[in-house]
Amino acid sequence: MTNLERYDRIFLDTFSVPREKLPEIKYQGIPDWDSVGHMDLMSALEEAFSISISTLDVLDFSTYEKGKEILMKYGVEL
Amino acid sequence: MEFETWLRSPPYGLDHREKGDLFEELLTQVTHYHGEHCKEYGRFLSALGHGKGERFSRESVPMLPVTVFKELELRSVPEDQIIKTITSSGTTGQRVSKIMLDAQTATNQQKALCQIVSHWIGPQRLPYLVLDSKKVLRDRTMFSARGAGILGFSIFSSKTCYALDEEMRLDLEGVRAFLERFRGRPILVFGFTFMIWKYVVRVLEERGERLDIPQGFLLHGGGWKKLQKEAVSPEEFKERAQAALGIGQISSYYGMAEQTGCISLECPYGHLHTSTWSDVILRRPSDNSICERGETGVIQVISPLPTSYPGHSLLTEDLGVLLGEDDCPCGRLGTYFSVIGRIPRAEVRGCSDTYEG
Repeated sequence: MTNLERYDRIFLDTFSVPREKLPEIKYQGIPDWDSVGHMDLMSALEEAFSISISTLDVLDFSTYEKGKEILMKYGVEL
Repeated sequence: MEFETWLRSPPYGLDHREKGDLFEELLTQVTHYHGEHCKEYGRFLSALGHGKGERFSRESVPMLPVTVFKELELRSVPEDQIIKTITSSGTTGQRVSKIMLDAQTATNQQKALCQIVSHWIGPQRLPYLVLDSKKVLRDRTMFSARGAGILGFSIFSSKTCYALDEEMRLDLEGVRAFLERFRGRPILVFGFTFMIWKYVVRVLEERGERLDIPQGFLLHGGGWKKLQKEAVSPEEFKERAQAALGIGQISSYYGMAEQTGCISLECPYGHLHTSTWSDVILRRPSDNSICERGETGVIQVISPLPTSYPGHSLLTEDLGVLLGEDDCPCGRLGTYFSVIGRIPRAEVRGCSDTYEG
């Protein structure tokens, strides 16, 4: 599995959303992605990529696309 | 200063003049914005004789009594943009406040909270010990202030442990296992003052047990009223919590659901510090004039952050004392104060520490 596939898989496992919708989903934009869902997503990403995301980045992680930029900061090639 | 720059500023870096200028700009904007977008607030402004083009400073911005959110569902954005309604104070039979948040206000308030707390505990997320029960989070769309507090602080958490079970019993074994797992690392401990007192500190004392969290930072808030009823002073709380939890640092905060995020945190000198995103003014109960330093008054809270509801300037039911501005020995700029308690005549109102059980 590539990193991008893994990234997508985590989103699909955390939120009930069809794959083709991923590029357009955002924080608070779907019922599952609320503040509780958000922390679940953060933990899953940290575990999968063995990184530790800072508090400010947790808040900036507002869309599927923005999340990719943030992961790259932590050296995750997507 | 750009709004985004302001949001990213250090939390205690603005002095009296800088903050005054900046807040005049922001409060003027946000007051007129609410006047135009919230029907009831617009009427309130015109009833007071405020017109277009008027400028508002910290001292002159009109204030709503905080209880207005119990009477009215005030919002300045269309209903379909509200993503979260925070309710406050739900003692049986009493009306609760309803605070309407859209994504922007929720995010901005959370960013402010992030900056404030990171200043104290650092940028990294920490293991998070919640001195409460997970059950307060059950309904995710209708938060109680307690749930909102616990979740609001969860952005600082890596792993979370709830110290109380569904029946509000202390899970000593679970807590010890959690602490053992992260031994030697900083830990964020959070809870509501009265819950900590009743369900953790008192229980540990009765059982003759003690926790050991030397690297812990305990942040607690949520009203002293119930503690006062049990005749426990803030000093006694601190002392006994320190002993029972074996914890490195204890800091209280002052904040409310009506201005979530903009908390004032207690420094090592015991002073509550307002941050870059909020301020307090103490007012004389007789005529609402501004108190001198050292004089007891009613706390007015100001924060230009709320845009989805007109909660940027509120007169609370709390009494406090203005201790100073920009000159606390801890070095942080901004207003610092202490909270004494409730206005005696105020409607009996539980705080976020309300527990039905």
